[in-house]
Amino acid sequence: MNAQLLLGLADDELVIGWRDSEWTGIAPMLEEDVAFSSIAQNEIGHARAVYELLTDDADTLAFDRPPDEYRCAPLVELHLLDWAHTIARRWLYEVADEIRITALMADVPVAAKINREEAYHRMHAEMWRVRLRGEPRFQEAVRELWPYALGVLEPGQRAELAARVGLDEVEAVERGTHDDSFTALHEEMTIVRRSAPAGAQW
Amino acid sequence: MIWEVFRQERRGQPFEHAGSVVAPDAEFAEAWAREQYGRRGESVGLWLVPRDAIHDVEDWADEFDLKYRRVDGYSIKARLKEARERAATARAR
Amino acid sequence: MVAAVEIPRDEQAFLAYVQSGGQVEATDWMPDDYRAKLVKFIEMHGNSELMGVLPEREWILRAPTLQRKLALTAKVQDEVGHAQLIYRVVEDLGKPREQCLADLVDGRSKFHNVFHYPTKTWGDVGVIAWLVDAAAIISQKALLRCSYAPYARIMKKICWEESFHILHGRDVILAMVTGTPAQFELVQEALNRWWGPLMQFHGNPIPKDDDPMYVWRIKSQGNEEARQQFLEGYVPQIWELGLTVPDPKLRRSDDGVWEYTEPDWDELKHVVTGHGPKTEERLAFRRRFLDQEQWVRDALEAA
Repeated sequence: MNAQLLLGLADDELVIGWRDSEWTGIAPMLEEDVAFSSIAQNEIGHARAVYELLTDDADTLAFDRPPDEYRCAPLVELHLLDWAHTIARRWLYEVADEIRITALMADVPVAAKINREEAYHRMHAEMWRVRLRGEPRFQEAVRELWPYALGVLEPGQRAELAARVGLDEVEAVERGTHDDSFTALHEEMTIVRRSAPAGAQW
Repeated sequence: MIWEVFRQERRGQPFEHAGSVVAPDAEFAEAWAREQYGRRGESVGLWLVPRDAIHDVEDWADEFDLKYRRVDGYSIKARLKEARERAATARAR
Repeated sequence: MVAAVEIPRDEQAFLAYVQSGGQVEATDWMPDDYRAKLVKFIEMHGNSELMGVLPEREWILRAPTLQRKLALTAKVQDEVGHAQLIYRVVEDLGKPREQCLADLVDGRSKFHNVFHYPTKTWGDVGVIAWLVDAAAIISQKALLRCSYAPYARIMKKICWEESFHILHGRDVILAMVTGTPAQFELVQEALNRWWGPLMQFHGNPIPKDDDPMYVWRIKSQGNEEARQQFLEGYVPQIWELGLTVPDPKLRRSDDGVWEYTEPDWDELKHVVTGHGPKTEERLAFRRRFLDQEQWVRDALEAA
């Protein structure tokens, strides 16, 4: 069980859940506001389940590291408050995540549970992709995010992603560096928690 | 398009009307109805029906007494009491 | 067995019908005034659910534990879901959702006072989920008896979903009042700020027979009755935690009626007509995204 790989998975889910939550109250239709909330809750739940494979206190791992110790992929960190980019990210992330999660299922029992819950996310993302595929701004967003999407996966899994997405493999934006917006995200994410001493109850 | 939503709470229960969602097609209707009527696991099944497909029936003639077709059309207390009393008397003789 | 009730096409007879408990459906005849009052009332409710989301959104992003993040996300999700249900009812009465949202962001329609105020700390999160939701649920339970059946029906679902909100709020509060002194202070400070708006929430004490909403049996409870219910239910809960209510006159008289400093009804009017501290900012935020994402709604409209 590769701890770094699992930490990357958990951090990805935590941060994309945070980004998806930014749509609360402002999604294009109320129905999508509700759907995004469900997806975000699932992602937070997945993050927690994977953190718990690595530690007793998921909250400490989720919140108390300095930003440069997070292993999330730059794709999930990007601040994308427009629908075309958001759906493009959702779709690319779900396709990549399916590849990653199914590969883990043999060794990590909770991966099967995550995979089953993600079926809904895939259905949702595919529904939107089909609806928006003719929109130039959606196609543009997919092209822009493609190098980031590749960076979600280990190099050996990227050919599969390229086949499923229907784009040629390009140079990936790799894990290990953080998008500029990540420090601000982390700051806001932890502002309440940092206001009390470590171990305070909430 | 308006889709009427019928939900089933547990296996074996009837599908009951729960409300409606507005969606461009069956896929979106499903995704959004799942959220509105099932995100807490409160439904085991949903039927989504375009409102236009619903055939509305609202008028009923109620001219003559139809009580003979229903339980409330029968009052057996008085006669049952009389029959029991007669049988008791007959036994006593 | 009674034949399907024919609703009399006469305003006086209709009034008698609803006042004796009669229920009205979307396809029934109804007086123009009833329909207009209904739309305005229900629309304001939908607007309120929606505008309540924005103050809480910030705290989802800042929740201090994963559990609180999940709970707050679920609570706010319910509120958006309620807005969806409510606007659907308004739409079936003849006013499309797009029109409701346009009127909202352009300041032509109203939403409840409490959502015009800022949230400043995690203490606000607890106070809102516990006490603001409690005030709302008192009104919502009374709406279960609304003469307009489609609205009464969604109120059933709404009340059921709100039941966890109050418990969640109380849990957040209890964690803080049994935490550090600084956390206790966060709660007290938030309560001090929210008490005024809470006392105004149920509206000025217009006698119910002078309130058109009650006359039409859209509301089944007067404003003061709702406020008294709130005080009766929640002031003891506040006091038992060692928190104080910032009203020296607040007391329960011997005949069970709560006495309090008269709320500032001018302030309430001023706020709900669009002059609250956060009104313009929040409406502008919604307007920005409504405009930005119009193309998405257009894409769904296209076959």
